[in-house]
Amino acid sequence: MSRMTMIQAIRDAMDVKMGQDEDVVVFGEDVGYFGGVFRCTQGLQEKYGRNRCFDTPINESGIVGAAIGMAAYGLRPCVEIQFADYVYPAYDQIVSEAARLRYRSAGDFTAPITIRMPTGGGIFGGQTHSQSPEAVFTQVSGLKVVVPSNPIDAKGLLIASIEDDDPVIFLEPKRLYNGPFDGHHEQPVTPWSKHELGEVPDGHYSIPLGKAKVTREGSAVTVLAYGTMVYVAEAAARETGIDAEIIDLRTLLPLDEETIIASVKKTGRCVVVHEATLTSGFGGELLSRVQETCFYHLEAPIIRVAGWDTPYPHAQEWDYFPGPARVGRALVKVMEA
Amino acid sequence: MSEEQRLHLHVPEPEFRPGDTPDFSNVNIPNAGSVRRPEIDVPPEEIRDLAYSIIRVLNREGEAVGPWAGELDDDQLIEGLRHMMTLRTFDARMMMAQRQGKTSFYMQHLGEEAVSTAFQKVLVKGDMNFPTYRQAGLLLAQEYPMVKMMNQIYSNEEDPLHGRQLPIMYSEKEYGFFSISGNLGTQYIQAVGWAMASAIKHDTKIAAGWIGDGSTAESDFHASLVFASTYKAPVILNVVNNQWAISTFQGIAKGGSGTFAARGHGFGIPSLRVDGNDYLAVYAVAKWAAERARRNLGPVMIEYVTYRAGGHSTSDDPAAYRPKKESDAWPLGDPIERMKLHLIARGIWTEARHKQAEAEIRDQVLTAQKEAESHGTLHSGGAPSARDMFEDVYKEMPPHLRRQRQEAGI
Repeated sequence: MSRMTMIQAIRDAMDVKMGQDEDVVVFGEDVGYFGGVFRCTQGLQEKYGRNRCFDTPINESGIVGAAIGMAAYGLRPCVEIQFADYVYPAYDQIVSEAARLRYRSAGDFTAPITIRMPTGGGIFGGQTHSQSPEAVFTQVSGLKVVVPSNPIDAKGLLIASIEDDDPVIFLEPKRLYNGPFDGHHEQPVTPWSKHELGEVPDGHYSIPLGKAKVTREGSAVTVLAYGTMVYVAEAAARETGIDAEIIDLRTLLPLDEETIIASVKKTGRCVVVHEATLTSGFGGELLSRVQETCFYHLEAPIIRVAGWDTPYPHAQEWDYFPGPARVGRALVKVMEA
Repeated sequence: MSEEQRLHLHVPEPEFRPGDTPDFSNVNIPNAGSVRRPEIDVPPEEIRDLAYSIIRVLNREGEAVGPWAGELDDDQLIEGLRHMMTLRTFDARMMMAQRQGKTSFYMQHLGEEAVSTAFQKVLVKGDMNFPTYRQAGLLLAQEYPMVKMMNQIYSNEEDPLHGRQLPIMYSEKEYGFFSISGNLGTQYIQAVGWAMASAIKHDTKIAAGWIGDGSTAESDFHASLVFASTYKAPVILNVVNNQWAISTFQGIAKGGSGTFAARGHGFGIPSLRVDGNDYLAVYAVAKWAAERARRNLGPVMIEYVTYRAGGHSTSDDPAAYRPKKESDAWPLGDPIERMKLHLIARGIWTEARHKQAEAEIRDQVLTAQKEAESHGTLHSGGAPSARDMFEDVYKEMPPHLRRQRQEAGI
């Protein structure tokens, strides 16, 4: 066991895999000598050499395209996109190439690559460092989409992602890198070093993709959350006194429907929360699944709490971010219905 | 404001449109044998002229001349001719099959047969091509079973890709042929990545990327050149300039640069321009590039100057945008005719043998076609299983796909 931030846990996952498997290579913008703008790859170049951890030109399509070629050769690249907001130039390579390679070649070629990227807001990053683009990936057949919410999960899920034989989009909520931010931006965040989820097991372990986790058991309402919103939901439950059952989805694709269905059938109520914009957000998919499978157990309409359908603003960050007050109001409303 | 001060947008136009008489007499075609052959390890800045010239071996009389000649023996030359003839016959049969409704779509190589068939001969087992849709010669030059290609074209029960991919988008790892995407330019940077992996693993294999003149305008082309240049990846970056991107002439992608090969210079990549209708020249230049890549001297770009004599695909009619006779006026001739002339000039081929070879090849193609059709065509006979639609989306089928397959009742 070691006390780790989420950054250290992510780095440790790559370190473990690079140590175990010579085919694992790590690259991206600023990830080599400097160790990444969030320092997630710090020390990896020094330890494993420039052949296995290196800087790339500023070209996301090039980073992912090269990774696909390397995977076709037999490597297992784990690449970094500096911010999820910068992934769009690589979208064609991800959607048309990585996601479909196994299918279109009938397994002749595969793309076991992991594409890491910091996601979400809360750092005054404005439009270009705050977006949560998970829904543009969950819509794509052939991808897996993972969003960890704490150091233990981050390490185990990243190891599982690197070991997975299909392409994985690994979204790291950047506001959680240093501690479990619950949306109370005016208060200091407890660092992971003082949190039980910062107690990261040493060496190799993995957490299976496609398995959600109940982070708070409750009987009144099910809250479906992932990433930073897990802690926002916990704060909202605490502050409203509503006995919410909070599910941290951890993997959005494939989705752990079993855990979701069991919980909603038990509570009879459901609130779906995410930072990303509301319209066509992943919440719409979650709502549909719950409606399709749990309709006769529902005692109230399902409510979504999400980012407003605007670009992510700068100065208005805390008016935009779906914090505990908004989630709390949704909990109250769903209980009153 | 006076008229002179107003700005005007420049939109390039090809010289000839339907109704015009094509005339390429002003195109500067260097004489065969006139372009020098540098040492393999020449610094890129010393051969910039080769990106603006055209390396040619076969002259008008069918003789192989100059410093790039003498690479192939009699048997290799005859084999090369046969490969080109096979590709042309294969194309003709499949074009007809598409017209007969046996498949939805086809793309032929008419006029470009030398490029892929000759190039493949410089690769060795383990090397990897990242082709576009117009390099089937890479497979045929390895004696790849035609029936397998046809099974894929027909999407029949023996289709190695299980009916999932558009016709001619083959995938054959064992033959160094990466899965064709159909999206343009995406494979180019993947070729560079593959080559980087080979270097990372201290392997000896090289990669070859393929792209057309039109798709060099894609951002991935730029990405490929940056990555190849930065990491000195052992990759050959092939640009097949067949003059036309569907209806768009090459000038729209090329803009103000002199040639496509010239783009390599900005990246410090040695770039050569070659007569793409000259099997011997294609082979010699590709061999030079492959040797350079294998010696860890980094990437080479090759522009093949050729002409797309047919339509872009079975969905295209070039008569709508270029003169019908433009292909005949094209100054670099037909690759098969030129090779035939050379073999005759060399004294190892005759008109009679050529006719005999045509008949033999036609028989081989027809036999393969018959066998393929015994396994079905797109709308009749054996078809891939509907269940297969759900396989290979992931390595393990996730629950939601399992459920959807169940719902589909297959």
